[in-house]
Amino acid sequence: MTAHIIVDNLQVQAGSPEQPVTIVHNVSFSLQRGEVLALIGESGSGKTTIALTMLGYARPGCWISGGAVMVGNDNMADKTDAQLATLRGRKVAYVAQSAAAAFNPSRRIMDQVVESALMHGVMSRKAAEEKAVKLFAQLSLPSPDTIGKRYPHEVSGGQLQRLMAAMALICDPELVIFDEPTTALDVTTQVDVLKAFKAAVKATNTTAVYVSHDLAVVAQMADRILVLQQGRVMENNPTTKILSDAEHPYTRQLLSAVQHSDIVQNKADSDVVLEIANIEAGYGRIKPDGRPEIPILSDISMKVRRGQTVGIIGESGSGKSTFARVIAGLLPASSGYMLLNKRELFSAIADRDKKECQHIQMVFQNADTALNPAHKVGDILGRPLTFFHGLTGAARKQRVAELLELVKLPVELADRKCGALSGGQKQRINLARALAAEPSVILCDEVTSALDTVVAAAILELLEELQARLNIAIVFISHDISTVKHLCDEVVVLYKGSKVEHGSGKSFASAPYHPYTDLLVSSVPTLDPQWLDSRNQDQEARNIPISNSDSLCRFRDRCTVKLNGLCDSEAPPSRKLSSGKSVLCHRDEAMLSYS
Amino acid sequence: MKVIFQLILKRIGLSLITLFIVSAVVFFIANLLPGDAAQEMLGQSATPEAVAALRDAYGLNDPPLTRYAKWLGGLVTGDAGTSLANSRPVSELISSRLSQSLLLAGLTAVIAVPFAMVLGIVAAMHSGRRIDKIMNIATLTMVAVPEFLLATIFVLVFAVELNWLPSLSYIPSDAGLYDYFRAFALPVATLCIVLSAQMARMTRAAVLEQLSQPYVEMALLKGSPLSRAVLRHALPNAVGPIVNAVALSLSYLLGGVVIVEVIFNYPGVASLMVDAVTNRDMPLLQACAMLFCTGYLILVLIADLAAILANPKLRTGG
Repeated sequence: MTAHIIVDNLQVQAGSPEQPVTIVHNVSFSLQRGEVLALIGESGSGKTTIALTMLGYARPGCWISGGAVMVGNDNMADKTDAQLATLRGRKVAYVAQSAAAAFNPSRRIMDQVVESALMHGVMSRKAAEEKAVKLFAQLSLPSPDTIGKRYPHEVSGGQLQRLMAAMALICDPELVIFDEPTTALDVTTQVDVLKAFKAAVKATNTTAVYVSHDLAVVAQMADRILVLQQGRVMENNPTTKILSDAEHPYTRQLLSAVQHSDIVQNKADSDVVLEIANIEAGYGRIKPDGRPEIPILSDISMKVRRGQTVGIIGESGSGKSTFARVIAGLLPASSGYMLLNKRELFSAIADRDKKECQHIQMVFQNADTALNPAHKVGDILGRPLTFFHGLTGAARKQRVAELLELVKLPVELADRKCGALSGGQKQRINLARALAAEPSVILCDEVTSALDTVVAAAILELLEELQARLNIAIVFISHDISTVKHLCDEVVVLYKGSKVEHGSGKSFASAPYHPYTDLLVSSVPTLDPQWLDSRNQDQEARNIPISNSDSLCRFRDRCTVKLNGLCDSEAPPSRKLSSGKSVLCHRDEAMLSYS
Repeated sequence: MKVIFQLILKRIGLSLITLFIVSAVVFFIANLLPGDAAQEMLGQSATPEAVAALRDAYGLNDPPLTRYAKWLGGLVTGDAGTSLANSRPVSELISSRLSQSLLLAGLTAVIAVPFAMVLGIVAAMHSGRRIDKIMNIATLTMVAVPEFLLATIFVLVFAVELNWLPSLSYIPSDAGLYDYFRAFALPVATLCIVLSAQMARMTRAAVLEQLSQPYVEMALLKGSPLSRAVLRHALPNAVGPIVNAVALSLSYLLGGVVIVEVIFNYPGVASLMVDAVTNRDMPLLQACAMLFCTGYLILVLIADLAAILANPKLRTGG
């Protein structure tokens, strides 16, 4: 049997035609019909570029400069635009990374889903819409009959991603390209989306190429894995072989970046730097009862000790970034108080003095946008030095050099512009900028979520090292529970703005958990290829609107161990478990352990 | 819908405040002009007594604040006052000219807007290629050339040298379609060129920004040809910024129309306004200024509304 997809000596170049840079070097592989191949690697490894060549497409500024990409009998590398237009969407389909961006915001979902079927003339609009509804149901989307009438902004991210899969499958393509389709989703949503994809691909016997940076996700989806680094194939083997017995050292490096070693420090007895008590905050006008119009956080208390890391974890919309903004004073709390080194802290940054500002520094999620790309590294780091410590001239230069050395960057970078740095380097500068103020607390808001696995692991290592050296407190905000469990001395779990669980990092090593934490923990894919198939719950948020000021348990609509009659009538009590953590739940320790 | 209604109300309120400020500025700046209507009317040889008597009759001797209050009061009740130069009601003078000005502006808009859109979209689709570069140079040149220069060159070439078209835009009472065409050709062409250059550039930028969005790439990867991806996917999302650009350009037209009307002696509001300046006919001048300002504010409001209506997220209030 001849292979369905044959990529032979593929070469892709970028840049200007006079001075081309080769970004994909002589890549060859083949794939049988119905097989799922994963392309895995860090950003810059060429994985998306290779996947796109199967559609005969190269992003602006790139072009296929050699080799062949055979899909069935068609060589996608030597077709004209008009020929490609008849193949794309019909024979080869694409599922993009961010469905939110890949759907046209101004057109209804159904029009976009059936568009390629109508363009290629493979079926009538009526037939296409009927097929789309069938696909919606197959992808377990809610109300499949009517969801197509909505606009993209009216459905959730996880639903949009599945709708995009329906858009790809509408013409029964031979090959589907999945380009990091779950990277932008919460772990809990990711499970459902992956399950839907896997079932759909299996049911139609479609050949698929799955691009990802996440080995655990790929382990669930793929029959074979192609490991890429800088546009070259490092390893091409069946999934089971890669996971159990990787040949290439780079593959082993990727594997080890997934598995955290659980080292938890304990500095529970050092003095409290930041105390937060009964914070309430939200957006919009403050109503007469003293509460904001759109409440986000309610009754949040915690203590941050010197040299400690406190992890704040939750899905998107849990209020974790809002919490960071409240601590930083960017969003003043509507009630509750904060103490910095035992002195009361004004809730608004405008009322805080320079010293207080200096002691609380924020490291923003996205270094690309947080740092001005036109400024030199030396100026970015020098500015807080002059502002907080009055350093100028040679002293300032000296300190900038020290800071660069602290985050393990070469001193020469001081003269470079930020725009010219890599993602990992920028995040280090971002960190150094916060450290320049010599703060007692740094707030790290999802500092690794935009980075590749290996780079992210290096940043986390750096954080730990800096903490040991400088004895600062870190508030670490993340959606990734395995990172938080590994890194933090204390963990706070937020759900819809309420603190559902709070305890030492150690206490999070094993059950019992709050049902929500349990969902978070169990939703993280493992390297076991059977993992996805063994999960069978569907805990996506129902369409019952539960506001962030609801006094009952806000997780009750998704909870699988809800106690009927109790959870929807009485506010949950805060329980102390034997492991020392507190849990906001009606179930007691014995009941939680069995759930 | 509620959001849009609230926005319109809010913007109308703000526009009224703006108009009030403008009225004060217009009034006091107009009063800084040397000489007054009495002086202008009686000429250089007038006796000071005669000038003083006329001033008294016009109420020009009242303190400026009193005059301003009187004028503003009249304006609010719909009475723009009486022209000092020929004693006819200002509203009557303006209304006879307004239709002419609107005709000129309307014709210009009808020709310039589609022309500019096509230019902009074609340039965006071929961005970076030769056709785009040529259009870029051409539009930049046209944006930089002031309309009075362009109008003068047109008169010089088409009216004086070639003698194809009249240099004055005069429409006889028994005018046929051909006469209309001859009368409008030069002023409309002048305004169109300046205006479309501006709009074409903004259209190109708006479409180009949408073309870099992932959903356009997605449309291409669904098998849609580039033209379809532009017209069906990018353009609907660029409509907000484009209408915005068009409305702002048309408000620029209000300024251009003053110069063009004067050069071609076109009987519109703008040339009326320029006459009012020469005659120190303050009530007329102020009324014209207020009229232009109102037109400008309306266009800006339309621009903002277009931006909202083009966005389904804002449209549905979600």
